[in-house]
Amino acid sequence: MITMENVCKSYKVARRDSGFGQAFRSLFHREYEEVQALNQVSFHIGDGEMVGYIGPNGAGKSSTIKILSGILTPDSGTCVIDGRIPWRDRTEHVRHIGVVFGQRSQLWWDIPVMDSFELLKEIYSISTPQYKNKLEELTRLLNLEEILKTPTRQLSLGQRMRCELAASLLHEPKLLFLDEPTIGLDAVSKLAVRDFIKKTNKDHKTTVILTTHDMQDMEAIAERVILIGRGQILLDGTLGDLRQAACVDGELQEDSVNLDQIMAALYQKLNIM
Amino acid sequence: MKKYYLFFRLRFAAGIQYRMAAVTALTTQLVWGIMECLAYKAVDKASCGGMPMDYSAIVSYIWLKEAFLALFNTWAADNDLFEMIKSGDISYELCRPLSVYAMWFSRNVGGRVSEALLRCVPVLLCAIVMPGPYRLGPPVSAEVFGLFLLTVVLGLGVTVAFCMLVYMLCFFTISPQGWRMVFTGGVDFLSGHLIPLPFFPAKYLRVAQNLPFAYMHNVPFRIYSGDLAGKEILPAVLGQVFWLLALIFAGLLVWKLAEKKIVIQGG
Repeated sequence: MITMENVCKSYKVARRDSGFGQAFRSLFHREYEEVQALNQVSFHIGDGEMVGYIGPNGAGKSSTIKILSGILTPDSGTCVIDGRIPWRDRTEHVRHIGVVFGQRSQLWWDIPVMDSFELLKEIYSISTPQYKNKLEELTRLLNLEEILKTPTRQLSLGQRMRCELAASLLHEPKLLFLDEPTIGLDAVSKLAVRDFIKKTNKDHKTTVILTTHDMQDMEAIAERVILIGRGQILLDGTLGDLRQAACVDGELQEDSVNLDQIMAALYQKLNIM
Repeated sequence: MKKYYLFFRLRFAAGIQYRMAAVTALTTQLVWGIMECLAYKAVDKASCGGMPMDYSAIVSYIWLKEAFLALFNTWAADNDLFEMIKSGDISYELCRPLSVYAMWFSRNVGGRVSEALLRCVPVLLCAIVMPGPYRLGPPVSAEVFGLFLLTVVLGLGVTVAFCMLVYMLCFFTISPQGWRMVFTGGVDFLSGHLIPLPFFPAKYLRVAQNLPFAYMHNVPFRIYSGDLAGKEILPAVLGQVFWLLALIFAGLLVWKLAEKKIVIQGG
């Protein structure tokens, strides 16, 4: 169970105009700007839910994921996950979560994937039979047989992402955070990843929180959608609610446009671009 | 404990797969070692035997330095870690139920030992078949050899603990370049990597001996040849223990500060 209440986080960003003169000036006088990444974010997610977290670039999606995984400390507000405060009880908390950051890698770059998995087995103190079972299951579902012996550096993006997913689930976490897991994947890999996520949620009652820009991901996976823009939660409901919100003034016909157009219209309407 | 051992083993496995790198490094180290031996020979002749170390002690110092370069050089710190801090891939490290400090410490030790093991054997083999005065002699006695091994381990600990401190400081500066420039140049000199410490003028030597850098390879390599002997050994070993603990403590302290205010870079 995840409860987030009034969470705020701001970053200090050094800004200057381009050009050598400006660069030189900034040596002596630096202008900082506070960027409010999260502003009074509150939501509640029950066990076993599958939640899509969407919003334009820079809306605060990744910041939220980082706070939920305990690697970022918010400025104010509370967040409790199964009785733990993620950033305070980080070491204990991360035992129970799996995370995939789509644009980063957790596998060791120059050794076979299998070796990285073995390391994770030790890190999470997974017992050998449990590890074997899980690995066998993941290998089957994600079709990893062929690639486990390959060094990470020689995997294609799709292959790597499948391995990343497996790596984040070896310790059978109750919570799975996915930050853009389908970024840059081809159609086949995307479908495989989606199916796998759905199956994990169904079979193991894993709570899944997923951020993405791919609206088809949303349609395929998420039962519930949380829309965030400029650091604030703007909508919390189903994809249908989202459609309605976009089409409410009649400019768009609900059945004649695709999801991407709906999202674009919604972003513009809410003025969060 | 097993977790940290595995970090060590994995880094080791990753390290030994680059065979060509090991071969080329070997050539460099041999040529470099021979050049240094010749240079000190010239100094020896010119100073009519007035050198602060025996020539044979210098030769063994040079060969050991070349053979175990990977254990003690501070400029070849683990680049992956700098990259992780810079790019924000550290996120994953923070998502593990382990101490980041201990994790990185064992990873560093593993990297250094794997590299050193690959390189030391051929360099040492060549060094013991060198002609006449350029040959690496055996250690003075079995006890001395035992002390040598002990102080190598301690020296490695001091080196890694120092590098850890540098990694931790990088969390505050965004780019690691600055710290690396400042430290590596200075450390090379103060640790006796460029010139053995006994060659320092007395005043500077006193300063150097109060810094952690004199407790890296300076101690074991001079014990091996008997240059550091008798009553001088105990304070040197205690110095190593002291600096090892002090640097680990400082590293952990900086890490605690960094952990609080850490900003993962990138989206």
